[in-house]
Amino acid sequence: MARFVLRVNGRTHEVEGEANDSLLSVLRYELNLTGSKFGCGEGHCGACTVLIDDQATRSCVARIGAVAGKAITTIEAIGTADKLHPVQQAFLDAEAFQCGYCTPGMVIATIGLLRTTPNPSEADIARLMDRNVCRCGAYPRIVQAIKSAAAQMSTPGRGSDHE
Amino acid sequence: MSDRPALEPERYELNEPQPYRFELERRGFLQALAAMGGGLLVVATLPDPLAQESGQGRGGGAVPGDLASWLHIDGTGHVTVYTGKVEIGQNIRTSLTQTVADELRTPLASISLVMADTALTPFDQGTFGSRTTPTMAPQLAKVAAAARQILIDQAAARWQTDRSTLDAKNGRIAARDGRSFSYGEIANGQALTGLIDAGPAQMARDQWVERGKPVHKVDGRAFVTGAHAYTPDIVRPNMLFGRVIRPVAVAATPRTVDDTKAKAIAGVTVVRDGNFIGVVAPHERAAKAAAAAMIVEWDRVAGQPSSDTIYDHLKKTMRTGEGGNGRVTGDVARARAGAAHVVEASYHIPYIAHVPLEPRSAVAEWADGKVTVWCGTQRPFGVRSEVAQAFHLSEDQVRVIVPDMGSAYGGKHTGEHAIEAARLAKAAGRAVKIVYTRAEEFMWGYLRPVGVIDVRASVDAQGRLSSWEFHNYNSGTAGLQTPYVVPNQHVQFYATDSPFRQGSYRGLAATANNYVREMHMDALARAAGVDAVAFRLAHIDDDRLRAVLTKAAEKSGWPKPSAPGRALGIACGVEKGSYIATAAELSKIPDGFRVERLTVVYECGAIVNPDGLRNQTEGAIAQGLGGALFEAIEFADGQLSNGTMAEYRVPRFKDVPPIEIVLLDRRDLPSAGAGETPIICVAPAIGSAARTFGTVAPKLPVTLGS
Repeated sequence: MARFVLRVNGRTHEVEGEANDSLLSVLRYELNLTGSKFGCGEGHCGACTVLIDDQATRSCVARIGAVAGKAITTIEAIGTADKLHPVQQAFLDAEAFQCGYCTPGMVIATIGLLRTTPNPSEADIARLMDRNVCRCGAYPRIVQAIKSAAAQMSTPGRGSDHE
Repeated sequence: MSDRPALEPERYELNEPQPYRFELERRGFLQALAAMGGGLLVVATLPDPLAQESGQGRGGGAVPGDLASWLHIDGTGHVTVYTGKVEIGQNIRTSLTQTVADELRTPLASISLVMADTALTPFDQGTFGSRTTPTMAPQLAKVAAAARQILIDQAAARWQTDRSTLDAKNGRIAARDGRSFSYGEIANGQALTGLIDAGPAQMARDQWVERGKPVHKVDGRAFVTGAHAYTPDIVRPNMLFGRVIRPVAVAATPRTVDDTKAKAIAGVTVVRDGNFIGVVAPHERAAKAAAAAMIVEWDRVAGQPSSDTIYDHLKKTMRTGEGGNGRVTGDVARARAGAAHVVEASYHIPYIAHVPLEPRSAVAEWADGKVTVWCGTQRPFGVRSEVAQAFHLSEDQVRVIVPDMGSAYGGKHTGEHAIEAARLAKAAGRAVKIVYTRAEEFMWGYLRPVGVIDVRASVDAQGRLSSWEFHNYNSGTAGLQTPYVVPNQHVQFYATDSPFRQGSYRGLAATANNYVREMHMDALARAAGVDAVAFRLAHIDDDRLRAVLTKAAEKSGWPKPSAPGRALGIACGVEKGSYIATAAELSKIPDGFRVERLTVVYECGAIVNPDGLRNQTEGAIAQGLGGALFEAIEFADGQLSNGTMAEYRVPRFKDVPPIEIVLLDRRDLPSAGAGETPIICVAPAIGSAARTFGTVAPKLPVTLGS
């Protein structure tokens, strides 16, 4: 066992474990940040997506030894019910979900996508979101939400407090 | 549509006889009202025809309780509705709220639903078969309407005025002179109860206010913020984490168990009970390590079929006399002998998996000989029975709570995860959580049944369907009967052995049966040299089916694809009282074909929430694309070969083409179940289009080649 320092949502946590322990497991079960969901544990569904140094990353296959010291952001720090992030608002407006289990991961993946591709085409979205599964099949709405969030966030003065 | 739908044999997971006791008593209501701090409580008894909703096939056990639902209004005017139904993403928390708001004449925001908690909500058979909208919504409508009448009576008594002069609107009872009471003012400090049966008349559908509107999810913010706690997110005081040690293959039993290394991990308890082996640890990571440290040798059952040999296995193990649902009319052999065209085929339908993103999970906590289990299931009361039986408890010693779920699609009717968590928690003396790995969910959940469907049909010299033979081995009976007019028929289902656990899936066997039927209708039309839409229309005597097919043909541009080189296919069907037609346009690519667009026309009676329905329809189509194009479970020697998310392909963004959905709103008809039916025509629309490019193999997924 070793100690790892994790920087999650602006706070520092010391965690005991093995270097190859799953970040998602630590987030969910030790830091009680359950907004990131366990879907497959294989890195193939995206329900666990978090931002690591601003990059959308599947936390179930991210190892705590590899992410120690980096800036980890989970859905809990993206927005609140009273003050939604523009991406969350876009998902809400498009009702881009059914059961909602994939939604936190989809929101984070979208934020990651829009950082690198601020004005994505539908083909960009299909390619860049390929690792995120919505088993309920709300894909057309999610595409709509991503495009609407992109439009919203590229408008000056909108959503700038989240940049 | 009957109020007592037959329980399809493919609901195998429900077929084990489980005599249960229903111990809820009405005096509980008065206690409950006292606990709620008074107010108004209205209770509805279940109308007799609904008392056994989907209840057949349960071994002739006791009739479930006759209490259907209840509704409480507190001193602030807040309305709480209690229903045993489960929210799995199908949006009933919202659509039922719309129903109550309409009948009670109160804003949506003043209503909340308590769902699927066996200690708080009325008995319910389960959330399946698209029954919530046709059966639960009318019941809640009656309860809400009764509550409104009681509020009017109360106001009339206080003002000593004629009740007919009073009006309920926007959460208030108003008199013509402008005086009004809020519902809270009437309920506050009271202990009013109402017990209704037949119930007062509901609003006419053309008077709907909230229903019929595209209302968004009442709790949508909880999902986009990640705040909603699904079962895997539940935390209890001093909770431990468990893992079940799974056999290497179906039916394998432990020969030797070495738990030395697992027990050496700090805080780990190993639990053995018969063939059950599990571990409990203080942390999730420790439980995972302990499970990995268990050394178990297994005795396997040899000679199990593989995904290549399964179809022969099904026919070899068919059991005659089971399943029923057969139909024999006229003289098939004679009609065939005089036919102009006879077409026959034998279709293979593979097992497929539900893959709900929330895997099976449960948290169990014992106190004073009673157990509370939080878990994902579509049948909270069924799981209560399962847990009670497993631990020799009475049902009032078991409480099952189902947080709104990370979906199910028919795949969560059973309670094995609840029992496992309860067993571990009992041994540990503390609350225990288990969360299935994805591989466990694939292997130890249950699958959509595998099947063989043999079909043979004939067309006479006048282009009329003269005979129809349809033999279904194990797929199931939903959608088994043809909606087309055929004088001579032999339709039969046969139960067989299944090497893997199998059970309900969205739409049940209607997907398999419609695929084969519609592919065959297309083949017959081609054989007779007739347009596939015209051929169907000539054999349809149901105006609603005719309407969706005609509309889909028109919207898709039938029979011409929108671009040269493309192919257009079409299919229609009726299931759960809902009517669907789907057209698919394909393009040819080097190794097969690509779906370029889908046109879907859907009619399910009066639409309660058009946006929710559109969302469900899109989702059912997307899910149908998986089974149509690539989903199939592979297996050998009692193990799955592709039981992981990496190996089992589910639809992703790139797989979903533009989908045009046309919803036909029939306010003149009652609302039918809606969430399942759109899945049933995706595969045959694609398969019949693919025939433009060459021979299509008689199987799912749709594959070019023989």
